[in-house]
Amino acid sequence: MTFPGSLDDRDALRAIRLAGAEPVLLWHGEKWLSDVQAVVLPGGFSYGDYLRCGAIARFSPAMESIVDGARNGMPVLGICNGFQVLCEAHLLPGALIRNDHRKFVCRDQRLRIERTDTAWTNGYQPGQEILIPLKNGEGGYVADQHTLDELEGEGRVVARYLGDNPNGSYRDIAGISNAAGNVVGLMPHPEHAVEDLTGPSVDGLAFFTSILNSLVEQA
Amino acid sequence: MARVVVDVVMKPEILDPQGQAILNALGRLGIAGVSSVRQGKHFELEVDETVDHEALEHIADTLLANPVIEDFTVRRG
Repeated sequence: MTFPGSLDDRDALRAIRLAGAEPVLLWHGEKWLSDVQAVVLPGGFSYGDYLRCGAIARFSPAMESIVDGARNGMPVLGICNGFQVLCEAHLLPGALIRNDHRKFVCRDQRLRIERTDTAWTNGYQPGQEILIPLKNGEGGYVADQHTLDELEGEGRVVARYLGDNPNGSYRDIAGISNAAGNVVGLMPHPEHAVEDLTGPSVDGLAFFTSILNSLVEQA
Repeated sequence: MARVVVDVVMKPEILDPQGQAILNALGRLGIAGVSSVRQGKHFELEVDETVDHEALEHIADTLLANPVIEDFTVRRG
């Protein structure tokens, strides 16, 4: 999905292709999703981050279809700005706010994959540690205590930061899923870690091979 | 037409890093006695008589503010 201001849509396309799937570029102004079987909402600054990150993108024609699709089980992965869009669209609980230290952070980040039965993480081992890039200014995940306890209790924390918390996210949360596991939001960038030449690892590729596996299994 | 003002501010329990940066700058400005700053957003809407209070609440609650992290007030100016 490309919104005006998306940055990582091309890298997401490339990651999907490297995983063995056929990527289709979607445009925010088109309601029609071209029969795609899963959607990646990429990182960037959709609509210039006006109002709040992801707040305007939520009302784009394509998002109407994606919200409907996601509620009917279509797999959706939101990365960085895409995670912010999913929270604004209430497909995921909580919100992402400015980093507690007020600086943009850009570094390779270690994560622990905590939930491996989602459409996007079934290719990982439970507890597997991975290294992928992180780059955000507003990546602090916040939610009220009740929501956080619910996420933990239902095993919906998909990934957690290891080492120093890079942005003040509550409980070191880097990614979460909805109750059904088809919608996942993640602040770090697996699509930038799919080839030795350009990434710190190839640890991100399994997000994209996972979705392919789960779609093939369904077919 | 009437003017409506919507003010949005982060909930007290949510950290406001920008407010903190402003507070720190106040210290460097040489002003003491300010113990807290919360930064928010101020919206001015020109609306006609068809937009009732309920509609304004809806606008503030679904678009202007994110109620997960922000509180808002709506008042007719």
